[in-house]
Amino acid sequence: MSQAALPILSVFPSRALVDEKFKVLVENLPPGCPVTIHSLHHSEDQDYWEAYGHYISDDRGKVSVSDDLSFGGTYTGKEPMGLLWSMRPVLGSRKGLRLRKMNVCTPMLMDISVYSRHDGFRDQAPLASVLIERWYMAPGVRRIDIRERGVRGTLFIPPGPGPFPGLLDMWGGGGGLLEYRSALLASHGYVSLALEYFSPGQLQTADLEFNYFETAFNIVKDHPQVMPHRVGIFGLSLGSIVTMALAVESRIVRPRCCVCISGNHCFPPGRTLAGITGEVDMNYDKVRVDENNYHIWRDVGLAIMKEPSSKLDMGKINCPILLVNGHDDQNWPTVESAEDIAEMMRAAGKEHLLTRLEYPDTGHLIEPPFSPHFRATNFIVNLTKEKVIMLWGGQTKPHSDAQEDSWRRILTFLQQHLYCSPSPKARL
Amino acid sequence: MDRKQCCVKLSVQPSRGLMDEKFIVLVQNVWPGFQLTVHALHQCEDGHSWEAFGHYTADATGTVNVSEDPSLGGTYSGVEPMGLLWSLRPVPGSKPGIRMRKMNVQTPMEVTISVYQGHQTEGFVDQVSLAGVLVERWYMAPGVHRIPITEGGLTATLFLPPGPGPFPGLLDLWGGTGDLLEYRAALLASHGIASLALDYLTPKISMEAGKLVDNEYFETAYRVLQQHPQVLGSRIAMLGLSFGCSVTLKMAAYSHVLKLRCAVCVNGSHVQPVDGSMTEIMHFFRENVGKVRFSEEKEVIWRNLLLPIPTDPSLKVDVGRLQCPLLLVVGEDDQNWPAYESAMDMKEMMERAGNSHLLTILWYPNAGHLIEPPYTPLVRASTFKPAQSPETMMALWGGETVAHSRAQEDAWRKTLVFLRENLF
Repeated sequence: MSQAALPILSVFPSRALVDEKFKVLVENLPPGCPVTIHSLHHSEDQDYWEAYGHYISDDRGKVSVSDDLSFGGTYTGKEPMGLLWSMRPVLGSRKGLRLRKMNVCTPMLMDISVYSRHDGFRDQAPLASVLIERWYMAPGVRRIDIRERGVRGTLFIPPGPGPFPGLLDMWGGGGGLLEYRSALLASHGYVSLALEYFSPGQLQTADLEFNYFETAFNIVKDHPQVMPHRVGIFGLSLGSIVTMALAVESRIVRPRCCVCISGNHCFPPGRTLAGITGEVDMNYDKVRVDENNYHIWRDVGLAIMKEPSSKLDMGKINCPILLVNGHDDQNWPTVESAEDIAEMMRAAGKEHLLTRLEYPDTGHLIEPPFSPHFRATNFIVNLTKEKVIMLWGGQTKPHSDAQEDSWRRILTFLQQHLYCSPSPKARL
Repeated sequence: MDRKQCCVKLSVQPSRGLMDEKFIVLVQNVWPGFQLTVHALHQCEDGHSWEAFGHYTADATGTVNVSEDPSLGGTYSGVEPMGLLWSLRPVPGSKPGIRMRKMNVQTPMEVTISVYQGHQTEGFVDQVSLAGVLVERWYMAPGVHRIPITEGGLTATLFLPPGPGPFPGLLDLWGGTGDLLEYRAALLASHGIASLALDYLTPKISMEAGKLVDNEYFETAYRVLQQHPQVLGSRIAMLGLSFGCSVTLKMAAYSHVLKLRCAVCVNGSHVQPVDGSMTEIMHFFRENVGKVRFSEEKEVIWRNLLLPIPTDPSLKVDVGRLQCPLLLVVGEDDQNWPAYESAMDMKEMMERAGNSHLLTILWYPNAGHLIEPPYTPLVRASTFKPAQSPETMMALWGGETVAHSRAQEDAWRKTLVFLRENLF
């Protein structure tokens, strides 16, 4: 029996929320030993995602992912969370995959392992391996199916007596019911309604009356555990358009604040939401494809933006709004849109309500931190029902930095505007 | 200030932790100088409720950080990051002599941490808190496998760490109540050691045959561990508490089968008829029952049963024979076993024999008998029914809350270091 020291691998915390950092430590290695630290996730869709970094142990036989440099792999440099954000489908996987947790009541499970060597590290069994859990729901968060007043969604309520501020949470053009961001927001103390407003591929025929969204907002506002004057709206992509439209046009709802990720203000006033698709359809010829045949839609957006009557008058907004966009967004000209919004708000003397976050080399799908970067994924085009690969844009490292930075700022923005501050000024 | 505070933000990080991990409790968004009570409530498996609380005053930013700010009163005081757990006590009106022990380790201990206005000491359940969160405390890390073991007539549970292995192994023995207590073994597996929790006083075969097990039972347990494909047979330790020490010391010193890499004994003794079977050992203890004393509250003090430490070598495990490192954890206020006197005697024996370099003793003044993994409350006295006995009594274990809690934290950390040094 060998008397060699056994490597010890630990990850703290082993159970965490998806936006929490962890520390990965390997100890008891020989000094100066090349090792590879590897993460593996088996998704709900049965795909395998992985990331890895090449490290060298120090003179005490330790590797600390938080403190040491990765010399290669799916990420390099000092990257405490690289094992998560640089994950990508393993070789041989299907194309155009996106990793999204549908069942938020269970955690994402990841195997974190340490292997000997850099090159060819997979040839042998790992030296050690641990399992970690990453949760969207904190303990005590309640999940409630909402099927009332014609609205379909899922409500997440934080633990505790409340009352809490509320959020209406909307995703984009892919459709369906995505709960994970709302679950995470509830874990941060907001009652959050993840709203389903059309089924995937069904945007053309969906019943998208403005009133649907106003009712959804009121479901949050009227909830006994929600503070009715502290309800905000959170949107991404198409969801951002809806968010801005509600803030500007609605006579029924008054959001306390808005967060719009990768959004734009192209919503012809007076038109119904179903009309949004009409604009896209008319300009569909502006869709380009790149050398991989991925769809690039940003020129469609640029064309629509040329028409002043296609846009919301953002000068009419009366609540704080946070715009989060990526400069490499290939799906929509979101930065140009933000410029235009800023101009409108400046002209109306509302500049003080606007906060803009724009990130270099960042694409369209700006998600909660440590999620992998999706540069191009499968998408069903609503107009043609084609299955294409949509180019969202971004480069992995800068995009991941943007996800981490923007989430922190989004939470601060929400806390500032939805949780009262103790200063007397806030009592107005 | 008695205005109702709205929008108080309370967070506990991590919200899901292992039982021996620290957490940070943060209260934000209250008025500067606001007086508040941070409260913990836990309902254990047997239905009893336990609570703890600390009184705080928010700083100029309207924040209270339990890890950095002093509690001004409550069930703990001073800067105590984990006071909300180790100072838990039965709620008023509870049955006397209860003990908090997790029997189902596959689910977490759930604790509700809340913030109340003002410095309060009672009536929490009748009020609405300003904020509340739920915290999970786990004995099993993700990926730890729990495997019931019945082969060879054993009543045991094996906990395997996640990963390919192979892992060092450990035999985990509790004390006089018997039963199969899994929580410490589960926690050790969460630290990378394949641990076998062994019921040796009330196993199925004993209950059926009506007699106590003998050495062969422990040899079987050792072999099951040693031969397991994911266990390193040459790196097996033994850990005992209370009567579990008696077995551990005996096996470590005399067994030809058990080749222990190291041993840990918590609050036990080497005093026993060395050639005696388990039954004879029990008999030896009962012979001295006249030495039992009682506290003012009529709690049973057993420590004198084995005192004075005999000089007759046939009545003490010859620790001079040990060839593996031994860690002794001693609560100096142990009222149940003479852990202090026994440790002193063992030290002397090993010094005379020339193997005292193998011995490490951790002495804890004012700590009692039940030195367990950290952040669970001190049990100073509780109802106790020894295995094989029809009577239930109120046993005095000893210990003073703060000192005992510090001892649990320090001893556990040092035990893990000791095991890591010797097994990895």
